[in-house]
Amino acid sequence: MEAVHDHDHHQPAGLMRYVTTTNHKDIGSMYLWFSFVMFLMGGVMALVIRAELFQPGLQVVQPEFFNQMTTLHGLIMVFGAIMPAFVGFANWQIPMMIGAPDMAFPRMNNWSFWLLPPAGILLAGSLLAPGGAGGVGWTLYAPLTVQQGMGMDMMIFSIHILGMSSIMGSINIVTTILNLRAPGMTMMKMPLFVWTWLITAYLLIAAMPVLAGAVTMTLTDRHFGTHFFNAAGGGDPVMYQHIFWFFGHPEVYIIAIPAFGVISEVIPTFSRKPLFGYASMVYATASIAILSFLVWAHHMYTVGMPVEAQLYYMFATMLIAVPTGVKVFNWIATMWKGSMSFETPMLFAQGFLFLFTIGGFTGLVLALTPVDIQLHDGYYVVAHFHYVMVAGALFAAFAGVYYWLPKWIGRMYDERLGKIHFWLSIIFFNVTFFVQHFLGLAGMPRRIPDYALQFADWNMVSSIGAFGFGFSQIFFLYILLKAIKSGEKAPEKPWDGATTLEWTHLPTPAPYHSFETPPNLKD
Amino acid sequence: MKVSSFLRVLAVFGLALSPGLGLAEWNLNFKPTNTILGHDIEMLHNWIMWIILGISIVVFGAMFYSILKHRKALGHKASHFHENTTVEIIWTIVPVVILIGMAIPATKVLLAARDTSAPDITIKATGYQWKWGYDYLDEGVKFYSSLSTPRDQINGLAEKGETYLLEVDRPVVVPVGKKVRILTTANDVIHSWFVPGLSVKQDAIPGFIRDTWFKAEETGTFRGQCTELCGKEHGFMPIVVEVVTEEEYKTWVAAQLAESGAPSFDANKTYTVAELVSAGEQVYNTNCVACHQPGGVGMPPTFPAIKGGKIATGPIGDHIDIILNGSKKNPMMAAWGSQLTDMDIAAVITYQRSGINDLGEAIQPGDVATARGI
Amino acid sequence: MSSQSGGYYLPEPSRWPIVGSIGIFLMAFGAVLTMNSVSGGWYVLLAGAAVIIYMMFGWFGTVIGESESGKYNKQVDVSFRWGMSWFIFSEVMFFACFFGALFYMRILSVPWLDDAETGTLLWNGFTAGWPVSGPGITEQFTPMGAWGLPAINTALLLSSGVTITVAHHALKSNNRAVLNWFMFFTIALGAAFLYLQAVEYSHAYHELNLTLESGAYGATFYMLTGFHGFHVTVGTLMLIVIWVRCLKGHFKPEHHFGFEGVAWYWHFVDVVWLGLFIFVYWL
Ligand code: HEA
Ligand code: HEA
Ligand code: HEC
Ligand code: CUA
Ligand SMILES: [Cu+2]
Repeated sequence: MEAVHDHDHHQPAGLMRYVTTTNHKDIGSMYLWFSFVMFLMGGVMALVIRAELFQPGLQVVQPEFFNQMTTLHGLIMVFGAIMPAFVGFANWQIPMMIGAPDMAFPRMNNWSFWLLPPAGILLAGSLLAPGGAGGVGWTLYAPLTVQQGMGMDMMIFSIHILGMSSIMGSINIVTTILNLRAPGMTMMKMPLFVWTWLITAYLLIAAMPVLAGAVTMTLTDRHFGTHFFNAAGGGDPVMYQHIFWFFGHPEVYIIAIPAFGVISEVIPTFSRKPLFGYASMVYATASIAILSFLVWAHHMYTVGMPVEAQLYYMFATMLIAVPTGVKVFNWIATMWKGSMSFETPMLFAQGFLFLFTIGGFTGLVLALTPVDIQLHDGYYVVAHFHYVMVAGALFAAFAGVYYWLPKWIGRMYDERLGKIHFWLSIIFFNVTFFVQHFLGLAGMPRRIPDYALQFADWNMVSSIGAFGFGFSQIFFLYILLKAIKSGEKAPEKPWDGATTLEWTHLPTPAPYHSFETPPNLKD
Repeated sequence: MKVSSFLRVLAVFGLALSPGLGLAEWNLNFKPTNTILGHDIEMLHNWIMWIILGISIVVFGAMFYSILKHRKALGHKASHFHENTTVEIIWTIVPVVILIGMAIPATKVLLAARDTSAPDITIKATGYQWKWGYDYLDEGVKFYSSLSTPRDQINGLAEKGETYLLEVDRPVVVPVGKKVRILTTANDVIHSWFVPGLSVKQDAIPGFIRDTWFKAEETGTFRGQCTELCGKEHGFMPIVVEVVTEEEYKTWVAAQLAESGAPSFDANKTYTVAELVSAGEQVYNTNCVACHQPGGVGMPPTFPAIKGGKIATGPIGDHIDIILNGSKKNPMMAAWGSQLTDMDIAAVITYQRSGINDLGEAIQPGDVATARGI
Repeated sequence: MSSQSGGYYLPEPSRWPIVGSIGIFLMAFGAVLTMNSVSGGWYVLLAGAAVIIYMMFGWFGTVIGESESGKYNKQVDVSFRWGMSWFIFSEVMFFACFFGALFYMRILSVPWLDDAETGTLLWNGFTAGWPVSGPGITEQFTPMGAWGLPAINTALLLSSGVTITVAHHALKSNNRAVLNWFMFFTIALGAAFLYLQAVEYSHAYHELNLTLESGAYGATFYMLTGFHGFHVTVGTLMLIVIWVRCLKGHFKPEHHFGFEGVAWYWHFVDVVWLGLFIFVYWL
C-alpha cells in the first residue's frame, strides 16, 4: 500500500485550490469564514429588527419585510452561522486531536462545504424573489407557509441542500472518529471535543432527514395539492409542528453540544488541571442527546394537546436539567483548586458558563407548562434562546477561535484587544437580551414590528445594546485580520496547560497534512 | 402586584445599564392578573425563581470563589484531582429532588388550568387574517372585532393614544365572576388568543376547536394580542375583553340581539352609488386595506392593485366571485362570503369599482344575494 | 489495527464536488421556477440534472478506478462501511418522518375531526374512519386494495432480496456466472416492480379517482409509495452499475464493498416496502 502522497505539487493555485481542495484544514477554514460572513449578514438583519423596534410605530420597514428579516435572521444564524462554525472546528480539530491524516472522506468533505454557498444564495436570494422571502418565522409553521410566494420555495430547497450538507458532513465526522483514531487513542481517551462531535453528528444524521420531510410536505401542500397540514383533507397544522420540533429540539442541542466540547477543552487548559469527571461528561452528553428526542412538544404547550401529554413533556424536559447540571458542575470542579489564568479564550469560556447557565434556568422556567403558557411566543422565549445560543454557542465559538488560532495560523492575536472584545460583548449582550425577559413577562409577543406603549422603554434599551453588540463583532473581525496579517509569531505551545495531541504532537502552525503517520499512543 | 425579589435584584443590574430614559413603565414581572389561576401561576413562578436564586448562589458562588482564589496570578498551584464518585452522585441526585419540588406544584396548577368543564358562558373565538370573530354560542351574539387604532398613529403621522395597538372596534364583553370558556379556531392560518391580564393563551388552529377558560375576579378592561405569527398584520390584531357586572352584561346581550335582529340594510332596496361608496369605504378600511392598501394601490407583486386591477375593472361576475369565494390561485385572498353581509359586499365592490376606479356602477345587495344563490 | 500506519488513501484535489454543487443549485432553482410557472424553468432544471449525471459519472468513475487499482486498503473499506451504514440510517429517518405523518393522521387528527366540538361546530356530518380523504373534500375515491398488484410487488421485491443474496454468495465463492445471472435477475425484478407500480398509479388515477389531492389517504399513499419507488429506481440504477462492473470482472471475493453497499441499500428498500405493505395497503 502506498504511503500518503505529498500533494502540494499537484495543488492548483489560487481560488481553485479552495474550490477543489480535499484537505481538512482548507475546508475547515472555508467553513469558518463562511460562517462569519453569514453571522454578519444575520446580524445586519437583527439590527434591522432592532432598529424597527427602537420605538413604537413603523419607522424603518414595512411589516412584511420585518417578518422576512426575523425569518431569515433565525435561519441564517442557526444554519448559516452557528452550525457551519462548529463544523469548521470539527474539520480543523478532529483529525489533529485523534491523530488522523485527514477526514475519512476528503472529497465528500469538500462537497459538504461547497453545498453551503448554493444554499446560502437560495436563502438570502429569496429576498429578491417576487414578493420577497417567506415571512413565516424560522420554524416555517404551516399553513402560513402555504400562502407565501416563490421566495418560500427557494427557502425550502435551501433547507434541503443544507440538510444534505449536514448529513454528509456528519457521516464524515462519525466515520473519521470511529475509524481513523491513532493506535492507542481509545474511545475513552478521546478529547471531549471529539466526543461531543461524535454525539452531535449522530443527532444531525437522525434529525436532518426529518426536517427535510417536513419541508417536503410543505412543498407538496403548496404545489401538488396534498393536505398534510390542512384539516379539510384530514391533516393537521399541528402535525407540522410535531415534525418540525422532532427535528427542532435536537437541533438546539446540535448547536449547544459542540459548544460544550470547546468549553471542555478550554477550561482545563487554563485551569492547568485535568477535566473533572471525564466519564460522566461523556455519559451526560449522551443522555442529553437521547433525551433531546423525547421532549419536542415543550415548544407546543399552547396548541391544545391533551393534558397528559403536556405533563409528560414537562417532566421529560425538566429532566434535561440533570445531565446539563452535571456538565456545569464538572466545569466548576475543574476550575476548583486549579491555577487559573484568564486569557481571552478563558474569559469567553467563563462568560459562557455564567450566561449559558442563566439561559438554562430560563429554559427550566419555560419547561413548566403553566408558566410557559403565559410566556410562549413572547420575548421571554427570545431572551432564553439568545442566552443559550449567543452567550452559549457563539461565545464558545469565540473561545475556540482565540484558543486554536495560534495553532492554525502560527500567529498570536492581540491579547489586549481580545479582552476588550470580551468585555464589550458581554456587557452589550446583557443590555440587549436581559431586558427582554421583562418584556416577555409583561406580555410582549415576538415577531411583531410594532408594539404597545408600555413596552417602549425596555425595547429602546435592547436596541441600543444590539447596536453595541454588533459593533463589538466588527471589532472582532479587526482583531482576526490583524492577527493574520501582522500577529506576533506564536510559540510552539502558547498555552502551558494544553494536553491534547494538536499541542503535544504537532508543530505550530500545524503542517498541511496533520499526521502523515499516526502517532503511537499505546503507552 | 409585588415584584419578585430575585427579579428586583436583577433589575438593579438592568437599570444600572440603562441610560436615564424617561421612566414610563419599567415592568419587571408578570402583568398584574385578575384571575385566581393567574395568581397561582404567579406564585408558581415566584417559587421557581426562589429555587433558581438558591441554586444560583451555590453554583455561581463556587464559580466566582474559585475565579477569585484559585488563580495563577495569586500563585495558586493546581491540584490534580479529577474524579470523585460520591460528589458526582450527589450532584446528580440533588437536582432530581429539586426538580420534583418544582414539578409537583406545576402539575397542580396545570391540571386546574386545563379544567374547562362546567362553564357559565361559552364563546367561540375565530382568528381571521387579521381580526377576531366572536360567537356567543348560547346567547347567539356574533360579531367581528378589529384593530381600531388609526393608521396615521402607526405611521407616525398622528400622536399615539394611550391604548395604542391594544384597542378594537368591538370588545368581547363578559360578566364578572363567571367561568368563561373560550373555544378557539381559525379561518386561515394559526392565530393565538392571548390576554395576559386574564392569564389565558390558546392557539387557534384552522379546522380544529381548542379551548381554554378564565374567571375574572373584578370588572375592568383587559387587553391582549394575537401571539402566533399569522402574516404581515400579526402585530395588529388585538383582543380586548371587557369584564362587566352581571346586569350590564345582560343589557349588553339584549342590545346586541336587538341590533342583529334588525338588519341595517334592506335587501330589496336600490342604493345610490354615493351611498354604496361611502359604506364600502368603511368595509374596505376594516377588511381590505391591510393588503390592498389605501386608495387600492396594492403592493405588487404580492397584493394586486385594485386601482386599474383586471378584475376590479372587468366583468362584474368575476369581481363578486373573487370576494365571495376567494382566489383559486392565491389563498391569501380569502373567501369573504361568510364574513361579510350582502350589503357589505355590495358596498365594497361598488367602492372598488366606482370609488377607487371610476366605472360609476352601483352593485346592489340583491345582486350579491343572487350570486350567492348559485 | 496495525495496517493503518500511513496507509490511509487521501485523494487528490477534485473538481467533482463543485460540479455537483453547481448541478444541485441549478436543479433546485429550476424546480423553484418550474413550480411557479416561470417559463424556462424546465430548462434550468434539466440542465441541473444533466450536470449531476455528468458529476456522477465522473466521480463514481474516479472512485471505481481508484478501487480497482488497489488504492483502498482495509481501513478505507471500513470507512466505507461506516459511511454507508450511517447514510442508510439517515434514510430510515426520512421514511420514519412520513410514516409518522401517516400514523398521526390515522390515529390522531382524523378522529379529532369527528370529535367533540371540532366535529359538531366545524365539520358537522363528517365520520372519521380510514381510508378517508377528509371532511372538506367532496370527491370520492376507492382505496387501493392490498391483495392485487401490491401483493405481487411484495413478492417481487422479496425475491429480489433473495436473488441478490445468491449473487453475493456467488461473488464470495468466485462463481462469476451465477453472480452475473443473479444480478440480472435482481435488476429484472426491480424493473418489474417499477413497471407494476406505474400500472398501479395509472389505475389509481384513472379508475379509482385516487390522487395526491385525495386528502389524508391520498397524500400519505402517494408520498410514501412515491418516495419508495424513487428509492427503488435509484437502487435499480445502482444495481445496473454494479452488474456492468461484475460483467467487466470487477470485485474480488474478499474485496467488494461497492457490491455490498448496493446490496445493503437494496435490502433497506425492501424492508421499507414491507412497512408500506403492512401499514399503507393492508391494515
Ligand atoms: C443552544 C440552544 C438551546 C439550549 C441548550 C436550550 C436549553 C433548554 N431549553 Fe430552550 N430553546 C432554544 C434553544 C435552546 N434551549 C430555542 C432556539 C428556543 C426557541 C425556538 C423558537 O421558538 O424559535 C427554545 C425554546 C424553549 C422552550 C419553548 C418556549 C416556548 O416557545 O414557549 C422551552 C420550554 O420548555 C425550552 C426549554 C429548555 C430547557 C429546559 C433547556 C435545558 O437544556 C437547560 C438545562 C440547563 C440548566 C437547567 C442550567 C444548568 C443546570 C444546573 C446548574 C443544575 C441545577 C439546576 C436545577 C436542578 C434547576 N426552550
Ligand atoms: C445562534 C443564533 C442567533 C444569533 C447569534 C442571534 C443574534 C442576535 N439576535 Fe437573534 N434570533 C435567533 C437566533 C440568533 N440570533 C433565532 C433562531 C430567532 C427566532 C427567529 C424567529 O422568530 O423566527 C431570533 C430572533 C431574534 C429577535 C426577535 C425577532 C422577532 O421576534 O421579531 C431579536 C430581537 O431583538 C433578535 C436579536 C438578535 C441580535 C441583536 C443578535 C446579535 O447578537 C447580532 C450581533 C451581530 C451583528 C449585529 C453583526 C455585526 C455587523 C454589523 C454591525 C454591520 C456589518 C457590516 C458589514 C456587513 C460589513 N433575534
Ligand atoms: C390577506 C391579504 C388580502 C386581503 C385582506 C384582501 N385581499 Fe383581495 N387579494 C389578495 C391577493 C393576494 C389577491 C390576488 C389573488 C390572485 O392572484 O388570484 C387579491 C385579489 C383581489 C381582487 C382582484 C384584483 C384584480 O383586479 O386582479 C379583488 C377585487 C380583491 N382582492 C378584493 C378584496 C376585497 C374586497 C377585500 C376585503 C373585503 C380583500 N380583497 C382583502 C389579498 C388580500
Ligand atoms: Cu393572528 Cu398573529
Ligand atoms: Cu426545545
